[in-house]
Amino acid sequence: MRRTIGEIATFVTSKNAGPFLLTLDVVFPDEPTYRRFKALRALDRATVARLYAIKEDDVLKIIEFDPAYAMKVTLRRPWGSGAVGERDVYGAQQHVPLMQHAVEW
Amino acid sequence: MAHQMTILAPEGMLGYGIPARSMEEGLKRQPDVLAVDAGSTDPGPYYLGAGVPFTNRRAFTLDLATILKAANARRIPVLIGSAGGGGGRPHLEYTLEVYRGICRERGYRFRTAVIGAEVEKAWVKRQIARGRVSPLDIATELTEAEVDRSARIVAQMGVEPFLRALDLGAEVVIAGRACDAAVMAAPAMRAGFDKALAYHMGKILECGGAAAYPRHGSDSLLGVIERDAFTVEPPNPDKVCTVASVAAHSLYERSDPYRLALPGGSIDLTHTRFEQATPRAVCVRGTRWVEAPAYTLKLEGAARVGFRTLTLAGVRDPLLIANLDVYLDNVRTRVAETYPPDGYRLLFHVYGRDGVMGPLEPVREIRGHEIGLVIEVVADDPDSSAAILALARSVALHVTYPGRKAIAGNLAFPFSPSDLKAGDAYEFNVHHLMTVDDPLEPFLIEMVEV
Repeated sequence: MRRTIGEIATFVTSKNAGPFLLTLDVVFPDEPTYRRFKALRALDRATVARLYAIKEDDVLKIIEFDPAYAMKVTLRRPWGSGAVGERDVYGAQQHVPLMQHAVEW
Repeated sequence: MAHQMTILAPEGMLGYGIPARSMEEGLKRQPDVLAVDAGSTDPGPYYLGAGVPFTNRRAFTLDLATILKAANARRIPVLIGSAGGGGGRPHLEYTLEVYRGICRERGYRFRTAVIGAEVEKAWVKRQIARGRVSPLDIATELTEAEVDRSARIVAQMGVEPFLRALDLGAEVVIAGRACDAAVMAAPAMRAGFDKALAYHMGKILECGGAAAYPRHGSDSLLGVIERDAFTVEPPNPDKVCTVASVAAHSLYERSDPYRLALPGGSIDLTHTRFEQATPRAVCVRGTRWVEAPAYTLKLEGAARVGFRTLTLAGVRDPLLIANLDVYLDNVRTRVAETYPPDGYRLLFHVYGRDGVMGPLEPVREIRGHEIGLVIEVVADDPDSSAAILALARSVALHVTYPGRKAIAGNLAFPFSPSDLKAGDAYEFNVHHLMTVDDPLEPFLIEMVEV
């Protein structure tokens, strides 16, 4: 059965990490869910790049953070926060493609 | 050395509102220090560049008065970092003006230290020439031209200027741009506590109640540091800190949860342990300090790029929505006939299609029955910006598109006047690291009589 990351995780959220980076956090409800998700190896740079239609080089980091049962994905922002053409100064509404990504579960 | 030190962060951002009960409960714990962060780059480049605060003056005054009342009654120190939001010279002056007003009105007297963080452009250029400036999170080296283009540049201070101010006998420290954790870390380090734990505790406290659940607006957080651990707890009895809430906060707004870069080094969370000390408090231990080979300061600068005018409108007609790209091209072409597309930017934000995510949006088709349109012009001066936007707005109202039936007008304007002056537009143009020999070098510390 396929389920979205939003259905599996407690939180899926995005925010600036400084004016030039965007960071996406996925926090799982408990250790077994977190370990099961990690074992899927569902989030790699190619997948994230495809979800956001960006280059793999712009997916800077994908980090597993055991103390919070969480995964963090950091992207290069397409432009500095608040530059002319900005859509989301705080970067707080860029999480949806990740939240709606379905994995075998 | 004292056995422990208690620091109360009344809120995560000075001016966002201190809940009265949280402050009251927090003070019952006999804090040794009140410390609050007042700045961020999150609201974007305008506030740093234009030299104005991003919090409301009335709310800011009320919060500062609440903090000073407690400090005056208990004679405990107050540390404020990144005063006025951007932490530049005008932000510091604004904060001092409000501060002096409160003290005068209430008869408070504090030995006050003011620490400047706006740096001289000539000094930055000399540092560039010496090869001491490198880019952070971006690819571009800092040039003299970019320095000149900046409206202002600030450096984020570490704990050192705060330590010096406290050594000079300051009861209140009002500092320009500062590493957000430094206001909490400095008094803890001065009392002899471990640097890594002091900074880590500061990194949690600087966001106030954000590390407690349920997250519901601005609130306070207490930190108690001991020799080999620290504990965080919300004074608000309706909230709790859990291992999950505190650990999850380690992710917030940073690119790497294990390694957090700070002035002069970084904290390493690889071996950090989070334990539920009480049902409402979390104990943290094991965080390590990693000394950097050179002491670096983060520089932030913003440059003016023009003047912004905009209008808001709605579209309900399905024939227009189906032909939106053709329609917008027609608007752009007609505007370019009068104003050749050079020296200004004309932008359309299409809510209902890609208004939120722009090029990152994976959904390309329009699925709703109406769209919101923001037409934006950024031009050199206010008059040009207004003129180009006025033309774009009237063309957008009347220009034709294939299959049009509603020939009287294409847009629904919610407001009269329709055209809004948004003010000067800025962009971040400095986000670099600078190596310094002395962590105090660019920061001027002044003791003032209040």
